[in-house]
Amino acid sequence: MISSQIQLASYLFASILFILSLGGLSSQESAKRGVLYGILGMIIAIVSTVLGEGVSGHVYIIVAIAIASAIGILVARKVEMTSMPQLVAILHSFVGLAAVLVGFGSYLDPKTQALTGVDHHIHLVEIFIGVFIGAITFTGSVIAWGKLEGRIRSKPLIYPGRHLVNILLVVICFVLGFMFDAAQGTSGMIYLYIMTAIASFIGIMLVMAIGGADMPVVVSMLNSYSGWAAAAAGFMLGNDLLIVTGALVGSSGAILSIIMCEAMNRSFWSVIFGGFGTGPTGEAAKVEGEVTAVDHEEVAEMLKNAKEVVIVPGYGMAVAKAQFPVHEMVEHLKKEGKTVRFGIHPVAGRLPGHMNVLLAEANVPYDIVLEMDEINDDMPDMDVILVIGANDIVNPGAQDDPNSPIYGMPVIEVWKSKRVIVMKRSMATGYAGVQNPLFFKENTDMLYGDAKDSVSKINGYLKS
Amino acid sequence: MKVGVPKETNGEELRVGATPKTVKRLIKQGFEVLVETQAGKTANYSDKEFENAGASIVGSAKELYDQSDIVLKVQPVSESEIGLMKKGQVMMSYLYPAQNQELLQKIADQGVNAIAMDAIPRISRAQKMDVLSSMANIAGYRAVIEGANHFGRFLNGQITAAGKVDPAKVLVIGAGVAGLAAIGTAKSLGAIVRAFDTRKEVAEQIESMGASFLTIEIDEDGSTASGYSKVMSKEFIEAEMALFKEQAKEVDLIITTAQIPGREAPKLILDYHVEAMKPGSVIVDLAAPTGGNCVYTKKGETYTTENGVTIVGKIDQLPAQASQLYGNNLCHLLDDMGKAENFKIDMEDDVVSRAMVTYDGKVNWPPAPLAVSPQTKAAPAQEVAMPEPVDEEALSKKRTRKQLISLAIIGLVLYLLGWVAPSDFMQHFTVFVLSVFIGWQVIWNVSHSLHTPLMAVTNAISGIIIIGGLLQTSNDFSNPMTILAVIAILVASINIVGGFVVTHRMLKMFRK
Repeated sequence: MISSQIQLASYLFASILFILSLGGLSSQESAKRGVLYGILGMIIAIVSTVLGEGVSGHVYIIVAIAIASAIGILVARKVEMTSMPQLVAILHSFVGLAAVLVGFGSYLDPKTQALTGVDHHIHLVEIFIGVFIGAITFTGSVIAWGKLEGRIRSKPLIYPGRHLVNILLVVICFVLGFMFDAAQGTSGMIYLYIMTAIASFIGIMLVMAIGGADMPVVVSMLNSYSGWAAAAAGFMLGNDLLIVTGALVGSSGAILSIIMCEAMNRSFWSVIFGGFGTGPTGEAAKVEGEVTAVDHEEVAEMLKNAKEVVIVPGYGMAVAKAQFPVHEMVEHLKKEGKTVRFGIHPVAGRLPGHMNVLLAEANVPYDIVLEMDEINDDMPDMDVILVIGANDIVNPGAQDDPNSPIYGMPVIEVWKSKRVIVMKRSMATGYAGVQNPLFFKENTDMLYGDAKDSVSKINGYLKS
Repeated sequence: MKVGVPKETNGEELRVGATPKTVKRLIKQGFEVLVETQAGKTANYSDKEFENAGASIVGSAKELYDQSDIVLKVQPVSESEIGLMKKGQVMMSYLYPAQNQELLQKIADQGVNAIAMDAIPRISRAQKMDVLSSMANIAGYRAVIEGANHFGRFLNGQITAAGKVDPAKVLVIGAGVAGLAAIGTAKSLGAIVRAFDTRKEVAEQIESMGASFLTIEIDEDGSTASGYSKVMSKEFIEAEMALFKEQAKEVDLIITTAQIPGREAPKLILDYHVEAMKPGSVIVDLAAPTGGNCVYTKKGETYTTENGVTIVGKIDQLPAQASQLYGNNLCHLLDDMGKAENFKIDMEDDVVSRAMVTYDGKVNWPPAPLAVSPQTKAAPAQEVAMPEPVDEEALSKKRTRKQLISLAIIGLVLYLLGWVAPSDFMQHFTVFVLSVFIGWQVIWNVSHSLHTPLMAVTNAISGIIIIGGLLQTSNDFSNPMTILAVIAILVASINIVGGFVVTHRMLKMFRK
């Protein structure tokens, strides 16, 4: 047993460790240290809670934690880096679920019933909000997981008047909240149930309406929600550690969402409330010119003759798991004395920073992996750009065609280089459904086929 | 479809219409390739190499012309060659249609469909088949090499144990493809390069190649819609001549590339310019075939003037390289015309219709003009791009006002909250708001490449919600509250453990 003052001190210490943990992610070197801080903070937080006053049922706690740890380690070890987005999404749903459960538990808690006056009302409101956010996070994340896993169609599900329906549902929840607040004892449970069902439905519809390439925003947004859910739980339990941590995670997710939205030149609201096609009107500029296709041998030839090579990967690389042959190619080219770098667009992939993780998995050193802004200025001097499975993020229409749906979105200016090779499965349009004038540029050649296959073949020719 | 490559009959021509490499490409396009024996000899390509590439060697020109559907040549056909050709045959070669009206008529009478490679319009789409560009590139390179050969010193500057060597100064006049190639070559040899052109639009290109752009204080632009420069005003030319005089005193190597299609080359380097130059200096005149930019240039000859200036009027063609590029140009054109399978003369096509100087027995020259100059297209866009003047002060005031208003609203809300909420809540709320601020500051510093680990780690620490479960468990497992709490602990722990382990796994992969 430890006193409540000691417990508070431990919480404060844990909060500091969490802040340092997130701060550590500012660079690769300090990041590993950051994780250790996080683990330490978590252990301190859990131990000091368990040892604190009023906690009983230690056996159940230990059993639950033991089972969960086994599952957690197993999943985290097994997961492939290409399925990282799915894992992150499903973990978000757990936080949402826990928030809902804690909310229900808190309502059933006799201590809650013992409260009176304003304290009681405030507490009920906290529970209600906590459960609401938790439920949206839970179902939203499950749907996001399903979409990322490919179990649910990634096409946005949009029906007319959905905004009205959503608003109506929120209003109903509001009304339910008042009834919940007014109910005596635990008789308000029924309102809590109904509201949970409605919030779950809102969570489902919210994510169903969002398409595949907007997933980075959705996942970040759910990340943010899971934080707010934890913070709300902190309010209902009067626990500052939960509030601090929830707020940290919540703002982290919010910032990621903002970064993702900026990278797509779209407002946060337009991503959340529906797919493309709402913004610009008018005919997109007609694409002129023709597409030239090359074969693997010619690409290998171009690479042999190049000095400066930049690789721009996209979701296609992740799908084909081409990061390993790509690394092999990079190593080979570097041995030949060429400068090879990567240009990463913030929304490439399905998760913020997804490409970086995939390349790291394949042992690509991180100092040759650059961000869009770092590489764009160098483009005119580059000899060959390999675009692997990316489309919208290298679309020149985003800069020079005001009628393009993605006009204004920052893009990697590959077309300014001397030669661009686009590896793609077919001429199909990207997620945004926009024709890409890049393919018709004179200095662009297309190499059709599966990315992994193509890169391996090029490697063969490079070595011969 | 059979493609024939005859031996060039003009003795001075060293190039050939195809090389073993382009033969391979042609075969890939579906053509059958015939090469006249010894056709590649002057360009250092043997019959054996052609055979290995998949071509059949043919003994005589007559046989070749008889069998081929398409003939790939370099120089314009001679009268005897026209006699060998047949109706409907397609021929690709240089033809200089502006100067060769008579020849065109003869080709047309023979029923041959001739494509003049030098008449390919210089639009972006046709750049890959533009022989003028590809050949000019070689000429520009070679001009520097020839110049350096006749120049008795290093081009680059050096500081050696034996003393300091000043870098040579090179002046390039005319910054077309040849001029730019010359600038690049001279620069890479270490010379100080300056360049002059009447077209203002090329200043950027010159600077991008590493040379300084020389200008005249007269505002006149020599650009035209054709991409070539126009004839300038008298004042302009006077200023230009004065500039050249100044430069002639200083520079060691002058490379001139100014040509006007279908006309004699403009005289830019006059007698007094040559006289002003230092002994040992070199002038390489790439316009020599059309009369030369220098008054002293002798076509096809290299000699030294009385004051010791070497004037080069003959440039080696680099036949092996030139044939390769020329052959590539031809391959691209054939590719554009539908390869072997769908080969078609499409008179609707901008490129084919303009280069097809004889078609169906008729002369098809001159073609309709086609604008290519990049500046003319860009001009309207530039006007649009003019930024509107922004009043910084007003903007700043507006921002201040906006911020004050939002702060006032926030203050009011907080006051209202404090009015109704208990002190306990206010304390938690303080912690909450301050934490949001801290999170906001900390997260913006997170490196972009670590966003996925960031999500995983925030996932793990948002598992802190486990505390809620911990506080709610009791020893009584039949209590629904305990069941809920245990499930909450379970899922939250998966989160914590899974999140940290996967973050650790990811970070381990990042290496320098």
